[in-house]
Amino acid sequence: MTPVDGVLSASHLVKTFRLRSGLRSTPVHAVKNVSFEVVRGRTVALVGESGSGKSTIARILAKLETPTSGQVLLDGVPTPTRGRALAEYRRRVQMVFQDPFASLNPFHSVAHHVERPVRIHHPELTSAQVAARVRDLLDRVQLSPADRFASRRPHELSGGQRQRVAIARALAPGAQYVVADEPVSMLDVSIRLGVLNLLADLQREQHLGVLYITHDLATARHFSDELLVMYRGDVVERGPADDVILRPQHPYTQALREAAADPERLGALRDEVRRSLRPLGQERSASA
Amino acid sequence: MIVERAAEPDLTVQPVLTVEDVSIRYEVDPPVDAVRGVSFTLHRGEILGLAGESGCGKTTLAYGITRLLKPPAVMTGGRVVLHGRAGRDAGGDQDDDEATTDVVALTGEELRRFRWDRVSIVFQGSMNSLNPVMTVRDQLHDVFTTHRPGMRRRVREQRCRELLELVGVDPARLASFPHQLSGGMRQRVMIAMALALDPQVMVMDEPTTALDVVVQRSIIREIMVLRERLGFAVIFITHDLPLLIEISDRIAVMRDGEVVELGTAEQIYRAPQADYTKQLLASFPSLSGTRGGFVRGREEVLGA
Amino acid sequence: MRELMPRWDGKLAIGVATVALITVFALVVPLLAQDPRSSANPALLPPGPGHWLGTTKLGNDVLAQLAVGTRGSLFVGVLGGLVSLVLALFFGILAGYIGGVVDEVLMLLTNINLVIPGLPLVMVIAAYVQNAPGLGSLARSSLMVALVLGVTGWAGSAVVLRAQARSLRTREYVAAARVAGEGTLRIICVEILPNLVPLIAAQLIYGVIFTVLGEAGLSYLGLGPTGSITLGTMLNDAQTGQAVGTGAWWWFVPPGTIIAALGAGLSLVNFALDEVVDPRLRQAPQAVRRQRRSRAAITREEASA
Repeated sequence: MTPVDGVLSASHLVKTFRLRSGLRSTPVHAVKNVSFEVVRGRTVALVGESGSGKSTIARILAKLETPTSGQVLLDGVPTPTRGRALAEYRRRVQMVFQDPFASLNPFHSVAHHVERPVRIHHPELTSAQVAARVRDLLDRVQLSPADRFASRRPHELSGGQRQRVAIARALAPGAQYVVADEPVSMLDVSIRLGVLNLLADLQREQHLGVLYITHDLATARHFSDELLVMYRGDVVERGPADDVILRPQHPYTQALREAAADPERLGALRDEVRRSLRPLGQERSASA
Repeated sequence: MIVERAAEPDLTVQPVLTVEDVSIRYEVDPPVDAVRGVSFTLHRGEILGLAGESGCGKTTLAYGITRLLKPPAVMTGGRVVLHGRAGRDAGGDQDDDEATTDVVALTGEELRRFRWDRVSIVFQGSMNSLNPVMTVRDQLHDVFTTHRPGMRRRVREQRCRELLELVGVDPARLASFPHQLSGGMRQRVMIAMALALDPQVMVMDEPTTALDVVVQRSIIREIMVLRERLGFAVIFITHDLPLLIEISDRIAVMRDGEVVELGTAEQIYRAPQADYTKQLLASFPSLSGTRGGFVRGREEVLGA
Repeated sequence: MRELMPRWDGKLAIGVATVALITVFALVVPLLAQDPRSSANPALLPPGPGHWLGTTKLGNDVLAQLAVGTRGSLFVGVLGGLVSLVLALFFGILAGYIGGVVDEVLMLLTNINLVIPGLPLVMVIAAYVQNAPGLGSLARSSLMVALVLGVTGWAGSAVVLRAQARSLRTREYVAAARVAGEGTLRIICVEILPNLVPLIAAQLIYGVIFTVLGEAGLSYLGLGPTGSITLGTMLNDAQTGQAVGTGAWWWFVPPGTIIAALGAGLSLVNFALDEVVDPRLRQAPQAVRRQRRSRAAITREEASA
């Protein structure tokens, strides 16, 4: 067992948005009392469909939103919302966004994206040290030779390469926790596993705590230790990844499981539909 | 390399749409050959899956088949033939001239009749193409007033209610405006519109990708039920190969504008021939298989 | 970087050439021509050798006046354009990026500015400033006119910039920069502003056009700068000197032409910038041309086959 040397925890998070239309405003309960822990060296998957509140949780952990109530704790200590303490939090907790076409600034080079967090969080480094660190980061996300990629702009890269840049940027401050919000859903299917495997490798090497947010049950199962299923702002089921997927208890998890495409059920849907329609089919052939 | 294999003998082998050597080019600088010499035959009542990743030309091909290409895309060669409906009782419908049609040669009024009447299309973003200021009723009625000008109002209303029931939407929703419906319901309404004129072929390009999986599932089931009851053929385009394997009769795998493999769903799944098919299959971790196999087996999986 | 530059085409070339020619004329000719205020010449000479564009009723050389007037108008135009751009950037970007109450307040001010009819407001302010005590020679200088026009002309640009800043603010790369630890000012200056460069340039040019025309209007009404010559003051002189009645076309046609040409040239440059801001403006016609060409090619192939 790896020693537990750090934990990022969400404690009773609640987020209510107010939807304004004219003078009236209706509350939208995006997240209702959600708690969980991300331990360094382990991956927690947060599974849910659009509108389940999973992305709101990602933004709360990344300090892009403030929760209506509840807290984010780092090693058991409530985390700040501003100032130097926030900078320290950002150094340790980073985020990888869903859309690599939107999360990189089209105006800036790859080097800029990776270099800025290094400079912000490590002002003591000399330019040469920063450059060396950027090269090392690019190498680590398999963008090599690093020098060739450093000067490129996002539009010169493929989706997978962009997401690697985004991962390098998240690691740049020396992050211990990474919130990955649907990191591969915008990528082509044949490169998704490559990016997920990269994240898994980095997680092992650097002992990262990863919160993997996704709507895809299969990758959630393969790439996480613990799995939480969210439905309309609530966690409806949680447990070891295999247990939740293979023996789902909650009706919603079962519905999700049932709805996921499974090639093993080849032709089953067609046969089932035919069976259920047989009486009608016979009617039709009789009348024809 | 095209790995083509004989279709299963139990398929009703009556072709409804033949695509022969179709090539489509984007006249940009430099020109891009998006579809290169694609051929396949769609049989009556069949679901043909068209699998491939973004940029492989699958959507361009769908636009080409339905004659919806917009500049700079141009069909540079090939034939698309829609076969007549043999032994069809013509009573009631006006277009009993459903003869074999050379789709590429269609123009003007004929082209308009071909689209929607004989081949209809549902796209990923279709649900957002409903007119926001018209009720569902008005938009469904529109299909009939345009394509069946002789139809009485009462009959039209009756058809509209039937159509919504067919796709699993409460006919009371006819009075709703699009924004009052969920994404899944709007997509169902679009499918109802596509079914309105009883087409022989439906082209569906990622019809459910933008929807949540549970909704997606129920819509796909609905499509399969309708296919059994109405007998139209479907070209189902998606990047989701596991889904295609589950629902299709045959699958064509596309890459770089070419069909690299065409076979029954079972052949594609159990014994893929083309390397790309294998690679694509390996990109989807199994929901119920051994856990974590993908995390370590990467090198052999991706071969890169 | 190249996608931030306008494409070099006929429209842009004509626009840039017109503006460049006028600018060179305004900068070089005053050094060569005689003193525009010298009244030693015969009055109302038609164009001819010696006085290429004739003389005015007071015996001033029209060419010399035109060159110095163009310089004056350009000065007012660029200065006024810059003033209104700075105000538009402040109101637009701040409102758009910060949002919330700041947005409400800044946009309220912008909208008030927007609904007040432009020229009457300018006239009132100009008349007030000119009579205000304590401003001295500044009161009726072209500097003051540029300031007045700049202060009244920024609201439209502010609305455009706010809309764009709002849309950029919700881009993921801005959120990513915040997560990386960047400060607000740096995000605005380094992450957002560079992507606004074509739009800002377009707004500047729009501001220059507005100011040049506004100055001409004010001067024509007699509210322009008194100490200096501009295209507007020339038109005003021609009006009071009854140039139209006496048939002295050479007195009012040249300044009118330069104003029109400057406005047209700057607008052409702006069209090219618009295409950078919204690429669809140029892609659609290009695509149609390409398709027509390729159709023709296919028909030829078929014919020869």
